[in-house]
Amino acid sequence: MMLNVDTLLIGDCEHLASDIASKMHSFISPRSTIAVERAVLRLAGISGAREQYPLVNIVADSIGKEIFRHGVAFSLVNAIAATGKNAQTLAEQVADERLDLDSFPIAPEEKRRVIADELRKAGLERIERQRQRRQNALQQFGERPTPWRYVIVASGNIFEDIDQALAAVGQGADIIAVIRSTAQSLMDYVPEGATTEGFGGTYATQENFRIMRDALDELSKRLGRYVRLTNYASGLCMPEMAMLGALERLDMMLSDSMYGILFRDINMQRTLVDQHFARRIQALAGIIINTGEDNYLTTDDAFNAAHTVLASQFINRAFAHRSGLPDRQIGLGHAFEMNPLQESGLLLEIADALLSRTCFPNCPLKYMPPTRHVTGDIFQAHVMNALFNLTSVATMQHIHLVGMPTEGVHTPFMQDRAIALKSVEYITHYAKGISDEFLIREDGIINQRGRTVLQAARDLLSDINETGMFESIEQGQFANIKRNRNGGKGLEGVFVKSDRYLSLLPDDYGK
Amino acid sequence: MENDPVIRPFGDTRNDGAIQLSFTLPIAHSERARAAARALCTSMNLTQTNVVHMERLDDRSTFFIVYGRTSASVDLDQLVTAEPEIQEMSIEHVNKTILTKLSRKAVVIGAATGTDAHTVGLDAILNLKGFHGNHGLERYASLDVHNLGSQVSNRALVSRVRELNADVLLVSQVVTHNELHLRNLTQLIDLLEAESLRGNLIAVVGGPRISHELAIELGFDAGFGAGTLPSQVAAFIAGSIQRR
Repeated sequence: MMLNVDTLLIGDCEHLASDIASKMHSFISPRSTIAVERAVLRLAGISGAREQYPLVNIVADSIGKEIFRHGVAFSLVNAIAATGKNAQTLAEQVADERLDLDSFPIAPEEKRRVIADELRKAGLERIERQRQRRQNALQQFGERPTPWRYVIVASGNIFEDIDQALAAVGQGADIIAVIRSTAQSLMDYVPEGATTEGFGGTYATQENFRIMRDALDELSKRLGRYVRLTNYASGLCMPEMAMLGALERLDMMLSDSMYGILFRDINMQRTLVDQHFARRIQALAGIIINTGEDNYLTTDDAFNAAHTVLASQFINRAFAHRSGLPDRQIGLGHAFEMNPLQESGLLLEIADALLSRTCFPNCPLKYMPPTRHVTGDIFQAHVMNALFNLTSVATMQHIHLVGMPTEGVHTPFMQDRAIALKSVEYITHYAKGISDEFLIREDGIINQRGRTVLQAARDLLSDINETGMFESIEQGQFANIKRNRNGGKGLEGVFVKSDRYLSLLPDDYGK
Repeated sequence: MENDPVIRPFGDTRNDGAIQLSFTLPIAHSERARAAARALCTSMNLTQTNVVHMERLDDRSTFFIVYGRTSASVDLDQLVTAEPEIQEMSIEHVNKTILTKLSRKAVVIGAATGTDAHTVGLDAILNLKGFHGNHGLERYASLDVHNLGSQVSNRALVSRVRELNADVLLVSQVVTHNELHLRNLTQLIDLLEAESLRGNLIAVVGGPRISHELAIELGFDAGFGAGTLPSQVAAFIAGSIQRR
């Protein structure tokens, strides 16, 4: 099935989005944030906590404001030069003896460079090793046929989550995503250790990542197929989340350039700087990023808002490119849920899903099921999900977030996932080949819808490009949500790098 | 038969007591599992149990769909229900009632509190556009509506109630995991009491897991669940103000 839309318009959208991202980058490149610097400390090998307080937070907080502008690596490297100790030992000393990391003499530049190079090499090697392990597993077991079945676990207890995850994989799931505890995105530290309690989800911690990854690796070996693990980076600790994902071999992460701003009221300057660093790490780690365009539909219906989803996808992708991510690692997200009472809603959804597919042929698109119009009627929800499954197969979506019949009721039971996965399996097989069998009517509902939405997305992108990203957000161009550039949470964590700023990342990408 | 206050479920024949249920047991898929499912249903006082579907979920878990008959019943004459007292009113009638009584607009504050980020319900009640063609409270000329959005702390909310001299407080709670909503709502009422603001305030809570009984128990004046229309909330507000 192919849409007949103006490919020049698609190119136009790409250029406009690229312009938007370039202009934003002149703001982003000279800046860093407290979360970026904590992620750098993690890259340098620091982990652990003292009485729940992460060492990376303690160390970062021990550095004076002016010196902080040189980046934490600057202070760390001087401390290593002065003491000969490694980063972790120094971090523990800072915590236990209440030292300031910036209290050591500044080493000569050459010595600083050597130590920084060593830290960089060691850190990037850890990430590369995980990337290689994934490559090997995929080579050994082969890649899964699309659509990949993505299911969610979220009991609050990582050990319960493992049982649920193993069952789901046995029932056909390809990807396990662990929903984070409510509002974790608003915390300015990453909790430490395995957790057994959470609200509406399970805390994302390095240890929880490791435990789940281990369990899924074992299962992968047993079943002879690689099982992917997903978690969510967005929030005040986005760079740290990305780093932990890279170190523990998550395969996919929710990593949206604008979600935190719009839906969590995190300061836009903070988010835009954080997302660039996070995505650079995800690029190096071979992680596929997902974006959260489904959230646009919590404030408006796809009938009216599909073009905002598409425009956002262009923007997210443009930013991702500037952070070094290739298309095959950009799993743009979308949902096109219509009011079930909408006449010919299925045709419109097919058009919208196909349009994204057409605009981003090399991206592993993530298609998300109905949620807003799902109630406690679990039988009807199951039916709606069946049509969603059919749409997904027909429009060749890549990552398929499996809809649960109990979406409107509770976080999934083991039986809910089984029922849902059965539906996906049945429809994927029963409707196999459907995407190649039909030619779309030239001037029918589907093509017309595709053209309308593409044009509207292009016009919106043009407006945003002319107005500027910050101003556009302030005016409520995204999801009708207005945010002030100096408002929201986390602005105080943003700073302009000094000209002595020391980075532990390879200095090439987007800067 | 038609006026019998005692009612039972039915499938195709009145009073046949037919129900359908599904559940998972931590036992491997086997005939023994089927027997376990039937025994469970028997212990729930179901008869004529028929395990119509049984499926392996993993090595140690099995899912069942069961039909059975229950002898349980409900006596409607003995049934005590709680619903907010609402007399349906048109927009004009609501406006007239409030403006006549207060000689000014009623100040309404709405917020999703605690860490709750879900504002779909709140916006559906407050926004001009409303929900399913039923206009939101912003449409009412007698209401001065302040939508504080999501993730509002109880302290911040109480401050706003004081600053704006609010007449009505609408709290939205969606997240109920681990009873988080109970603690949060109780704390809000406590804070309002402590600041002597509770007495003059009409306090309402809404959300998909909220019932009127629960709301009253927690110290609110009313609770509204899923499917509540803005006009119902407006009518409740008007009625409450009139009765003050």
